[in-house]
Amino acid sequence: MDLHEAQSTLVRVFNDANAQFHKMPGSAIILRYIKSSYQNDPVRSAIELFLFLFAVRYMLSPSYSQQKKVKLTEEEIDELVDDWTPEPLVAAPTQLEELENEKRPVIVGPTGPKSKLSNGRTVTNLASYNFYNFVANEILKEKAIQTLRTYGVGPCGPPGFYGTQDVHMKTEADVAAHLGSAACIVYAQSFSTISSVIPSFLKRGDIIVADKAVNFAVRKGIQISRSTVRWYEHNDMEDLERVLQKVTKEQAKKPLTRRFIITEGMFENMGDVVDLPKLVELKLRYKFRIILDETWSYGVLGRTGGGVTEAQNVDAKEVDMIIGSLSGPLCAAGGFCAGSEEVVEHQRISSASYTYSAALPALLSTTASETICMLQEQPEILTALRENVKAMRAQLDPRSDWIKCTSAPENPILILVFKPEVVASKNLSIQEQSQLMQDVVDECLANGVLITRVRTYPHGVGFNARDQGWQPTPGLKVCVTSGLTKKETEKAGIVVRHAVTKIISRRK
Amino acid sequence: MPTRSINPFATASPSPSPSLDALNEKREQPRRTSFTRGNKFTSLFGGNSPRTRSEAAALRDALVAQQQALLDSPSPLQQINSASISLPAINLTTATGEKMPSEQKTLFQPPDPEEARRIARANAQFGPIGSQSHRCTSQAEGEFGDPIEDEPPYYFLLTTYISYLILIVFGHVRDFFGKRFRRQHYSHLKERDGYAPLNSDFDNFYTRRLKIRINDCFSRPTTGVPGRYITLLDRKSSDGNNTFKLLGTTTETLNMSSYNYLGFAQSEGPCADAAEQAIRKYGVTMASPRADAGTSELTVEVEDLIARFVGKPASMVFSMGFVTNATSFSTLVGKGCLMLSDELNHSSIRFGARLSGAMIRMFKHNDMRDLERILREAISQGQPRTHRPWKKILVTVEGLYSMEGTMCNLPALVELKKKYKFNLFVDEAHSIGAVGPRGRGVCDYFGIDPSEVDILMGTLTKSFGANGGYIAADKSIIDKLRTQNAAMLFAESPFPPVLVQIASALRIISGEIVPGQGEERLQRLAFNSRYLRLGLKRLGYIVYGHDDSPIIPVMLYNPAKMPAFSHEMLKRKISVVVVGYPATPLVSSRARFCISAAHTKEDLDRMLAACDEVGDLLQLKFSSGVAGGADPEELAVQWKDCVDEQHVIKPPRWRLEDVIKRGVEDVQYPLR
Ligand SMILES: Cc1ncc(COP(=O)(O)O)c(C=O)c1O
Repeated sequence: MDLHEAQSTLVRVFNDANAQFHKMPGSAIILRYIKSSYQNDPVRSAIELFLFLFAVRYMLSPSYSQQKKVKLTEEEIDELVDDWTPEPLVAAPTQLEELENEKRPVIVGPTGPKSKLSNGRTVTNLASYNFYNFVANEILKEKAIQTLRTYGVGPCGPPGFYGTQDVHMKTEADVAAHLGSAACIVYAQSFSTISSVIPSFLKRGDIIVADKAVNFAVRKGIQISRSTVRWYEHNDMEDLERVLQKVTKEQAKKPLTRRFIITEGMFENMGDVVDLPKLVELKLRYKFRIILDETWSYGVLGRTGGGVTEAQNVDAKEVDMIIGSLSGPLCAAGGFCAGSEEVVEHQRISSASYTYSAALPALLSTTASETICMLQEQPEILTALRENVKAMRAQLDPRSDWIKCTSAPENPILILVFKPEVVASKNLSIQEQSQLMQDVVDECLANGVLITRVRTYPHGVGFNARDQGWQPTPGLKVCVTSGLTKKETEKAGIVVRHAVTKIISRRK
Repeated sequence: MPTRSINPFATASPSPSPSLDALNEKREQPRRTSFTRGNKFTSLFGGNSPRTRSEAAALRDALVAQQQALLDSPSPLQQINSASISLPAINLTTATGEKMPSEQKTLFQPPDPEEARRIARANAQFGPIGSQSHRCTSQAEGEFGDPIEDEPPYYFLLTTYISYLILIVFGHVRDFFGKRFRRQHYSHLKERDGYAPLNSDFDNFYTRRLKIRINDCFSRPTTGVPGRYITLLDRKSSDGNNTFKLLGTTTETLNMSSYNYLGFAQSEGPCADAAEQAIRKYGVTMASPRADAGTSELTVEVEDLIARFVGKPASMVFSMGFVTNATSFSTLVGKGCLMLSDELNHSSIRFGARLSGAMIRMFKHNDMRDLERILREAISQGQPRTHRPWKKILVTVEGLYSMEGTMCNLPALVELKKKYKFNLFVDEAHSIGAVGPRGRGVCDYFGIDPSEVDILMGTLTKSFGANGGYIAADKSIIDKLRTQNAAMLFAESPFPPVLVQIASALRIISGEIVPGQGEERLQRLAFNSRYLRLGLKRLGYIVYGHDDSPIIPVMLYNPAKMPAFSHEMLKRKISVVVVGYPATPLVSSRARFCISAAHTKEDLDRMLAACDEVGDLLQLKFSSGVAGGADPEELAVQWKDCVDEQHVIKPPRWRLEDVIKRGVEDVQYPLR
């Protein structure tokens, strides 16, 4: 159809409609009524008009009562604008922050079991998640270079817009096959994965029951989702059951909403492992879904590094969503979420950090595929690490009078916290413990061993000490690697133990 | 998998110097022809003709310096060799390409099929420039205003609404019957043995009934480098786009879809070479968060480079652009602070803003009057209920909006900032590298001192062909971020090969290495953007956005035209992005083209020809001419007429030949 013709047709239609209105049976009466009432009774029509306008205004006004605004003249506003002085964008740095910025280690050259720092010293690096020393693996490097020479570095677009490359599809398939789940989606960064997965499924009104000790990213995901949250005591399955019962009872009368249990496979801040069979049992009994954050367990637990499901013999399909990392133990990059087809496809269009962010660089994706393959084909890689973990633990947990290790025996990240009796006898506040841990880290570094500590969750601007919420117990983090020999590992362990003793016994 | 061929040049001359000199001499000739516009900038980079020698020397020095910095590794000899092999090679193909005199060509292109294939491959990633006249400078000129937005005839709006109505009614009818007669297909929307559905029926309606019809236009799998061309994996669906099967074949298409503005998506050339060295030396990862042991010398180097590049005292890099925004706002604003955010801001900004706990208010897209109104109200009324004054106000805008192609009105924002004392956060995800005479983003484009903007955020995913994001600001702000930012404490740190890609790209843009190439990329991007935009306007398309924006959205309106346009373009071996509701308002479905410096004029002509045909086929040429594209002669007449009576602007409907004939010349003027 010709456009102009269409437009003129439209105009004609309007004119016709107008004429039709006049022809309509009641229209004349309405017109006459308005005319006559105006002539005969101006007061009445004024009142009617007023009522009519009021009704219109009432209907247009927002349904909630807005806060009372003070009416101000333009001059007054200008004056207020002139008077207003905002706070500086950031507060002045505290002494601790300045120290932290000064002390942050900068690694020169490659990271590895022995790393060179910018001050020229070479230290034993027990702060990197380079458990299997994949960083130095020549086969992986060669593979990455081949990919680089075929794909370049960045995919230059989000997955929805031509950013999905065949290598990503392969990595997704590899992870799904390794875990034994139906499908998998790969994100460009592991840290943000769970923060984005949670709000893509959970909305206001939905219910989350979560472990108190979940990591920072999970907490942020929960915050974004605006769902109702109930916390249960860390790894306490009885408390979980109690909470589930309570929630079920409370919600019995209300319409059914989505309910999720969110917990970690191996806890970032505690190092211990969840009791998955029990969790699955509870989930089935109370009809909740599970989101399991396997960031620290995938690639570590199980015979081939398949995570908690493999280690505890649970079918991965029993867990609705498994979130894991390709950047931690696997030494590649990115995160993933594995689950059913439905779970995965939903995320492709509604998970913010997948949909609105560029895809993973191809060379990091192929590295992940390759390491997954290596773990499955050479499980001895994992056993070598476990030997070292055992050697390191032996130096620390039973031998030190001051600290204990909260990590599971297979966990290559040893989380060391002060024994309760030490805290009690020395009367240590949380702040003091943090400070002592930092001192231990410094002391270790002075003796050539780089370790790190559990970080407290940063709080935002204008935060109130009252609503601080859960914070991890201050602790040391010692990451074991199979890149060191057993001897070297033990030696480093001794350094850590002595550093703890030195620092804590200095304190009255 | 193809591997790099050894450049025959390496055996011919072990030292790079003679070849570089020869190259530089060759480069001089074409450059002179572009003195009209290029002059200022060539001199900026020390590229004036009397200084050819010193430029070559500088290049040599830069090369040596780069090797020192990047290739400091156990076996330097071999690596220096490989770097000196590849640097001249890329200079040849990208910078001079077809303009090379023939004797030189024989020197660089031995009759070796391997080498010929390599060059063809390099050209598929980054097209050689056709003529030195295909350059232009991206810079604000005159008063900066909103772009004129053309409106389609009512007929199209009406049919668009009707189409949606039909789609929605049909969807509901199908749902109604489906839920009764094909239960098993709908079970996921219903309560299932005590579990609530994962997606609610209502939220999910759009996906099930509307998006799935055009699913084959999204998430098309690709392989290889997303450069000038992109290779798609062919796929087919036999169940109404629910699932796809790969056919095992590929199609090479012209890439009008990747955010590869400066054409740094390359698997060869200085960036890729440096990235390879980095993998050899560093491995692919730092395997630790920044705060623990994830800060590498490379991180520090890139942070310095970025800070210098954008003109801020300090900067900080992240391994993902999304997370840069998602984690940063909590350190800047919180309870008692107000965040004013453009209504079209990116999802990552909203994510971060929500986490910060600050009060968020939106203002109309790029509407400075609306912003001022809200500012006056906010400052005079204070916080809700308590009426305490706001602690701070942070205005957040994007430099270049990725769906609209509009740029923020930075001059007006800076004016407002002076008066209302708010803090300004500019997300330069798309504008960094893509606009400004030196590619340094919107500040550069408008000639505004970067110190006027408090925080410059950007991503490294787009113009630099890498991954990640950065924040550049005063040192005190960056220091605070380093201690407080969650990504710093918990997230993976940026990866060595990616960092090196960023560093090399930045050095090329600023002319530190391979002088001339960065400038060429910037000017070609500016030319290409203006050329295609002007061409589309003249063909009669309704095009959104500002003249210099490398993002060119053309309006389709009708939902059915999205898949039709995408398919027609794919038939012509061009890949484009189509977007509709909910990423855009309901009526304004659009196709979006992303221009790259890697495109040649021939590519754009091919694009214009395709748009010409498809535009006729799908009735997409409905501009009224108010937004430009008119005949210059007629324009002159119109201006005269305008004075005495309102003149009906003739809708521009140029013939393709005329568009192509006049394009190169006319892009140098404001795109009327
Ligand atoms: C304005 C804006 N900010 C941030 C991002 C996120 O960047 P990245 O893709 O690097 O995660 C994007 C990317 O789409 C963007 O457009």
